[in-house]
Amino acid sequence: MECLLDRYAGAMADLGDNLVYGICEAIDGEKDPQCLLLVFHIVESLAQLSPGPLANFAEDLFEILGCYFPIHFTHPKGEDDDVKREELARALMLAFASTPLFEPFSIPLLLEKLSSSLPSAKVESFKYLSYCTAKYGPERMAKHAEALWASLKDTTYLSPQSMLSMEPESMSRMNFQESDVMTEAFVLLQEVIRQYGEFISLIIGDNDINAFLISLNQYKGFDDIPLQVKQKLHAVGHILSACAKASAAMCNKVFESFFPFLMDGLGLSVAQPSQNNSYLDEECFSLAKFKFGPLYLCIELIAACKSLTLSLYNCTSIHDFPHQRWCSLLSSFSESLVKAFVSMLRSNVADNEQSAYVYCGVKGLQILATFPGSFTPVSKSVNDNIFLELVSIITSDSNKTFEWTSALKALVEIGFSIDKCLDSEKAASFESTVVEKIVSLISSLDSAIPLSLRLQAAFEIGATRKDFMLRVVRGLDESIDTNFSAVFDHGNHKSDELTIKLLDTYSQKVLPWFLEIGGSEEVQLNFALRIWDKIENFRALNLSPPEFTSISYQDLLGATMTAMKKAVASCSEESQEIIINKASGVLFSSTVFGSMGFKSGSSILKEEGLQQTQNYGNSSGRDEWLTSLFASVVVALRPQTGISNRKMILQLFITSLLNGHVPSAHALGSLVNKLPLETKGIKSSRSLSLNEALDMIFHSFVGTCRDDSTSGNDGSGVNINSLRLNTSRIQLEFNTVIGLAWIGKGLLMRGHEKVKDITMTLLSFLTLDCEAGVSKQFQNLAEVLDEEGVHQLMKCAGDAFHIIMSDSGECLNRMYHATVRPLYKQRFFSTIMPILLSLVVKSESSFVRSMLYRAFAHVVSDTPLTAILGEAKKLFPILLECLSTLSKDVSDKGIIYSVLLVISGILLDKNGQEAAVENASSIVNQLIELTAYPHMMAVRETAIQCLVAVSELPHARVYPLRTKVLRTISKALDDPKRIVRQEAVRCRQAWASIASRSIHF
Amino acid sequence: MTLGLINANPVVHAKKERVARNDDSHAEDAVDPLEIYDYVRDIRDPEHPYSLEQLSVLSEESITVDEKLGRILITFTPTIQHCSMATVIGLCLREKLKDCFPPHFKVDIKVAPGSHANEESVNKQLNDKERVAAALENPNLRQLVDECLYSSEL
Repeated sequence: MECLLDRYAGAMADLGDNLVYGICEAIDGEKDPQCLLLVFHIVESLAQLSPGPLANFAEDLFEILGCYFPIHFTHPKGEDDDVKREELARALMLAFASTPLFEPFSIPLLLEKLSSSLPSAKVESFKYLSYCTAKYGPERMAKHAEALWASLKDTTYLSPQSMLSMEPESMSRMNFQESDVMTEAFVLLQEVIRQYGEFISLIIGDNDINAFLISLNQYKGFDDIPLQVKQKLHAVGHILSACAKASAAMCNKVFESFFPFLMDGLGLSVAQPSQNNSYLDEECFSLAKFKFGPLYLCIELIAACKSLTLSLYNCTSIHDFPHQRWCSLLSSFSESLVKAFVSMLRSNVADNEQSAYVYCGVKGLQILATFPGSFTPVSKSVNDNIFLELVSIITSDSNKTFEWTSALKALVEIGFSIDKCLDSEKAASFESTVVEKIVSLISSLDSAIPLSLRLQAAFEIGATRKDFMLRVVRGLDESIDTNFSAVFDHGNHKSDELTIKLLDTYSQKVLPWFLEIGGSEEVQLNFALRIWDKIENFRALNLSPPEFTSISYQDLLGATMTAMKKAVASCSEESQEIIINKASGVLFSSTVFGSMGFKSGSSILKEEGLQQTQNYGNSSGRDEWLTSLFASVVVALRPQTGISNRKMILQLFITSLLNGHVPSAHALGSLVNKLPLETKGIKSSRSLSLNEALDMIFHSFVGTCRDDSTSGNDGSGVNINSLRLNTSRIQLEFNTVIGLAWIGKGLLMRGHEKVKDITMTLLSFLTLDCEAGVSKQFQNLAEVLDEEGVHQLMKCAGDAFHIIMSDSGECLNRMYHATVRPLYKQRFFSTIMPILLSLVVKSESSFVRSMLYRAFAHVVSDTPLTAILGEAKKLFPILLECLSTLSKDVSDKGIIYSVLLVISGILLDKNGQEAAVENASSIVNQLIELTAYPHMMAVRETAIQCLVAVSELPHARVYPLRTKVLRTISKALDDPKRIVRQEAVRCRQAWASIASRSIHF
Repeated sequence: MTLGLINANPVVHAKKERVARNDDSHAEDAVDPLEIYDYVRDIRDPEHPYSLEQLSVLSEESITVDEKLGRILITFTPTIQHCSMATVIGLCLREKLKDCFPPHFKVDIKVAPGSHANEESVNKQLNDKERVAAALENPNLRQLVDECLYSSEL
């Protein structure tokens, strides 16, 4: 039928009366929601095509339709899920509004429903009314205007249902949470006014509202006004602003009738031009004079004006704006209004009590200042005064937090509006007053405001516009400069903290902002270069920063490195090249590296490394700075960026790595990750390919740690050295292992085959102890190192697997442009697993085995679960073994936890459960042990959760274990931590219900 | 129940918001009234599809704990004076707490003073081990208690 109506409109129209009659018959009494949905559609389309026949039947048809309003389901939920209540309601609404012919019947019905007590019916009625108003057109609605107004007034004004929202912040700001009814009512009001202009005279002429306005004058302060009146005030404000927003003419009328009255209430008069411009001597505005009621309404009105202006501003370009009555009224009062607002802010009464006034004051100023361009009712000087006032709040006092934040917010709003309206004149004055002042705040040392607040203000203001931000950045740069010099030249400790904060702002706020905006990368480039300049200067002056060991100094270095990394990472290749060249220039011209930097070849590298080791104690912190910063540049480079002097850089990092400099290891990893496979071009002496680099690296490591898994030369000279440098030797090995781990990670991520060599080396470190076959190579080494050292070294090698597998925030991630091959973790997992497993089987000493388990745990816990699930059957016994070995050492609790998480992941998966069935009893035994694990709450909690998961396994498997589990769990009920107790209760219930409800056993 | 409801039209109160606790991770969490209350607040009333919390039979204030001595005292308020369901509610509470706490806790359950016609006898009945055990042997009572404890139709 619907289809017919849509397609063959002409033919159907001929059917005329019969059709309508038939439809009426069909609809009558229909109850199924789906049919109803159709019916409403039919009526809608019917009305559209044939006004003729419908005219006679409109009443009948509507009578039938009307019964359905408001839509109300009596069925229990769940039965008619496919037809939603909202859908039906909407369809009915369309049907109601389909033809003006329904008007005589629908509006009275809706109005009648408005007076029902059901709030949902009210909401519904308002929705329908506003929709119908839009459809029926003004002529028809005119008749109902009075009735409409009466009901509107009733809901919004006489019995307002808004609630004061509960947050203490907004309590004082007239911030009402409107009920749905209210919101819908206001929507209707706006619709009606837009459609039917005369409506406004009803409002203006309304006695109640006028009386209310007069009565407002009896309340003095904000706190004197009772809640009821506040609600009314809110409603009236809303009504008036809705009226004023509708159009310019409306606005005129509202202003004419209310504005002078409100001004009277505030005690303001038209400002005499002769009045001297001094806002500072407040002679007449004492706070008590401002009555809150008129003030609030006044602000609402101005806000309405502003949004009206904005909307007009957007659609038409030319109109006689200044001639509008409201505009002239407003501008004549503006000066005194501004004064009033300012005086409100100035009043130094306690923050708490006055916050309503403060809020109003700031808001008023903000609104006046955000009038677009040429239509502003306030003159330029007044505007400047507003800026000055707001800025002075920000600069003067941070104790009044409320005032401070609202002022800042207002300024930011103003900034945005200026940016939107392309108002050059205003922008200039904004920049000269606000931005300059705020920027100068950053560097001012003796300000009463804490630096973090100052930085926040600067950033937020800057974020409004790009050139403002650039200005802010310049300010930041300057103060970073001065602070740096303060740190280095005078060892000023206070500056340490300041600089750290400044740098943090840079890396956390400013740089991401620029990244988001896109466009030029000047800022980042400049920042990086500037820091290098700084460093160079210090080097030239041969100053060394004081007290390297102090914590704040380390923090400073860390902050600088992060900022540097972020800055470099967001640059393009060309800028990165500039930075790296600059950096290496600084680096290699420095005295220490200069002496040996230009010798090349791995032959001297060995000596160098050892020499460095000896010198490590006295190698100055300045070099550490240099290398660290350089490393952070290298970490953040893009793969395509060309680096000159690669060989030297590589050597540098290798030597400093061997000295225990971890950032160098990061840099090496990144280098290896990003180097091109083949060198193109002729200048291969300067740039080098990946393979060459790897050769170099391995050579140097071979030289120092005599690991011959990659090449066979086991130089005897080194042997002597190693004996001589007994103590520093261990340290060296540690560093080598860490370095190898990072390099291995870099290789693994790009999927290079050499990673295998590295893993094998690491594994040989792992099994260092007494394995006859393996340790032959290490015999010398084992002699040199004492027992404890070896153990630590093995542990370190085990943890190296963690480095390889885990994601790092420091380097080698997407942000720093690492080359990442998909599924690299899975690949590593599947290659390393068989090797590890066979080693476990072979190993005899328990310590070696525990170390192997350690490595295994690291690998497993960082592998994606899906990869593990495939192998679950094989892995289970080892995982459990792993847990039992690791649980002996307190320091391994983190690893245990991650392994447990893996197990729980397996148990929750369907395939994993199949694998678990076979090992059910050993799983339960191990878990039971861990429920009493004393060192970490999370382990106990997860173990119990795993037990719950085990209880889901097939009944026959699990039932025999029941008694044992329940006995353990009843102990866990007494756990010192509440979360564990709660889990235990759940677990107990799960296991108890396997057999029956009873928990007795 | 063919006799009709004992309190046909109880006053239903709103559920209070559950507060998420922010425990500090090092200190031990002592058992406190709120924890116990969290376990028992959702027990269903034997006659109505409302929780004991909603009927304000229980409140956090009506529970006291002494962890050192291992004692818990719960005082509940039946909805009406002559409520014969008071013993069933008491049974439910006892069962639930037995599940949730290790056996060394001694649980005392009482009706609030003056809230029940036979206060004395109800208290006696609820704290008599033998009688509680006997009551739970009764299949009908057992079923009723289980329904209250495990039903999810709130």
